[in-house]
Amino acid sequence: MADFLTEYLAIILFLGISAALGLVLLVLPFVVAPVNPDAEKLSAYECGFNAFDDARMKFDVRFYLVSILFIIFDLEVAFLFPWAITLGDIGLFGFWSMMVFLGILTIGFIYEWKKGALEWE
Amino acid sequence: MLIAIAFYLFAAITIAAAVMVVASRNPVHSVLFLILAFFSAAGLFMLAGAEFLALILIVVYVGAVAVLFLFVVMMLDIDIAELRQGVLDYVPLGALIGIIMLIEISMALGVWAFAPEAGGAVASPWPDAVSKITNTEAIGHVLYSQFIYVFQASGLVLLVAMIGAIVLTLRDRPGVRRQSVAAQVGRRREDGVELKDVKPGQGL
Amino acid sequence: MDTLHADLLLTAPELLMAVGGMVVLMFGVFAAQKRPGIVNALAIVLFAATAFLIWRQPAGVLATAFAEAFVVNDFTRFAKLLVLLGAALSILISTRFFEREKIARFEFAPLMIFATLGMLMMISAGGLISLYVGLELQSLALYVLAAFNRDSVKATEAGLKYFVLGALSSCLLLYGSSLIYGFAGTVQFDGIQVVVDGGRNLGVLIGIVFILAGLAFKVSAVPFHMWTPDVYEGAPTPVTAFFAGAPKVAAIALLLRVLFDALPHAAADWRQIVTFISIASMALGAFAAIGQTNIKRLMAYSSIGNIGYALVGVAAGTEQGISSVLIFMAIYVVMTAGVFVCILAMRRVDGPTEKIEDLSGLMGSRPLLALCWIILLFSYVGLPPLPGFFGKYYVFGAAVEQGMWPLAVIGILTSVVAAYYYVRIVMLIINGAPPEKPFEPTMGGELRVVLGGTMLFSAAMIIVPGILVGWAGIAAAALIK
Repeated sequence: MADFLTEYLAIILFLGISAALGLVLLVLPFVVAPVNPDAEKLSAYECGFNAFDDARMKFDVRFYLVSILFIIFDLEVAFLFPWAITLGDIGLFGFWSMMVFLGILTIGFIYEWKKGALEWE
Repeated sequence: MLIAIAFYLFAAITIAAAVMVVASRNPVHSVLFLILAFFSAAGLFMLAGAEFLALILIVVYVGAVAVLFLFVVMMLDIDIAELRQGVLDYVPLGALIGIIMLIEISMALGVWAFAPEAGGAVASPWPDAVSKITNTEAIGHVLYSQFIYVFQASGLVLLVAMIGAIVLTLRDRPGVRRQSVAAQVGRRREDGVELKDVKPGQGL
Repeated sequence: MDTLHADLLLTAPELLMAVGGMVVLMFGVFAAQKRPGIVNALAIVLFAATAFLIWRQPAGVLATAFAEAFVVNDFTRFAKLLVLLGAALSILISTRFFEREKIARFEFAPLMIFATLGMLMMISAGGLISLYVGLELQSLALYVLAAFNRDSVKATEAGLKYFVLGALSSCLLLYGSSLIYGFAGTVQFDGIQVVVDGGRNLGVLIGIVFILAGLAFKVSAVPFHMWTPDVYEGAPTPVTAFFAGAPKVAAIALLLRVLFDALPHAAADWRQIVTFISIASMALGAFAAIGQTNIKRLMAYSSIGNIGYALVGVAAGTEQGISSVLIFMAIYVVMTAGVFVCILAMRRVDGPTEKIEDLSGLMGSRPLLALCWIILLFSYVGLPPLPGFFGKYYVFGAAVEQGMWPLAVIGILTSVVAAYYYVRIVMLIINGAPPEKPFEPTMGGELRVVLGGTMLFSAAMIIVPGILVGWAGIAAAALIK
């Protein structure tokens, strides 16, 4: 089991180094940068002004629709990976099995298209 | 040794991130911690030898589901800090249930045994040093043939998810002018250009 | 490829449903976007065709398809026919309601078809994976149906509540499944049956508890019933009628399949749990319903109580117990369809009403409808010779046979408590002051047909109860091998 894990050693090292580097760059300014704030420095600069309102506002629900449709096809793609690398072994049956699966999702796709869910405006 | 270190690191990050999902004040931070939790859970999967699952977890959950969550959080115009007012009252109850679950699980795992017959029931070649097949191949060998029934059924589940998402959120917006490619291409010269024969000296 | 041919033949009803569902969806989106009525009619035809195929499947044999992921025997055929009946009735009574409420959309029929397909797959599941996929197909469609009236705050709330709690229960179910799979090394019911023999491992016991908790949610048994009243109240009435019927049958059938096909040797373990949730459901169904003023909420508590009665038969754990559960559920589905027709008929000029007090004095204004109400309510009480009596009689009989006297006694006591609120409604219908604003004088033709069918069924149960009892007996025999 450990055999294949050694192949990921480089990734672990990469993750570790990048995390450490990022952390250092974040912490370093606290230590070395001069900090002596006063009221004027912290206030909005010249013609700048304080925020009138919360920056959070409602997103249109259509963003959600687009992303959920994306997830569904993303999952479909997840099913394609094992299929692609074993296609030689599972033969015609496996091939048509996937075609039926894709067919079901194509029905859904046609439905989306006809309903106009893929259009913005 | 290295594997043990990696395991405890990933496990600790997963739990810490999960706690922060619940505890952080800003919902967007919660989602980002959720992504971190997914990510380190993928690391755990990887250590357990489930490469395919680990990478799918990253592709699907980190790549797509987390983005969806971000949209949802931004869509809801709610002040989470206000919503969280009474949450602390529930902490003892939640902690109690959590502790009971923890005791239950550790009781179950503490005396865990596999049935003696369990080994013989393995359905397909196992990815190990002997069979020399990868994780993904082992899944591919059974998913599309032996498990074709549940495979197609999961296709139907995805179809229902599509229908459901559209039924619940798609609205007809009357009066919106959409681009119609067919109408644009189908437009002839005669539709748009009119030649007027202007007599000299008359003007229009 | 011969096996493939045989497999496809065995799954023909489900294939027909799946393909039919997609055809209906395509027909709707291409040709009938503005005419949902036609799509609904198509769906009913599809249900009838599927029922015909199931009816024609060979009787008295056990057959499996797709590496034992799919099981067909007399039990699954009986339960599937019942589910199809419940689903078809709900579509039938829905069309006019949705059109009058101006929320009709053609997606209703495809969603109903896929929900029903999920139920058929649950009933026929041969292993934990096919169980879960069928369950999710069903649940996902039901969540959407609950929130189908998306502009109503209550319906949206119902859908959201149902979804969140349903997802939690699916988690419990999955966690239990993984414990059992981890112990047994297989997800197939017959494989688990060989390996699990109860008391041998704490992990398996906890797995069984989690699976039962997940399934108890789906049948809305106490203590996993919290969602029921809100969802029943919030969802559009025909959808509530659907929720109260077909999914309950499917989930009870699935529960029986899991307990008797996968875990028969752990009976001592699960029997305690089933007995507990049965008693709790009966008691809560009886007492919590008393204070209700909304008829749909009342029906929610009534369905919780009725599931408690059905679980009495499950707890008995015998062939007789299973057949009593099937008889009870069959009667329950038909009675529930009848009651919801009556609720749909509670409509005044300014719209539908759901208040119980509006039934006051119905005897004077609409004697025939009032008579149907009274018959159905007395049937719920279990007054002989109405069908509801037979259901309870067989269920309690099975429990007594096994020496479970206390369970039967508690069942009868809670029935008496429940009788109080049913009879109160009957008194209101007969003696109450006539309402200021009466109901509309007529009801739709399809409502008359369903209500008439319910009454015919009641009469048939009184005259020849043997038919249903015989079928249920054959079905139960198939489950106990």
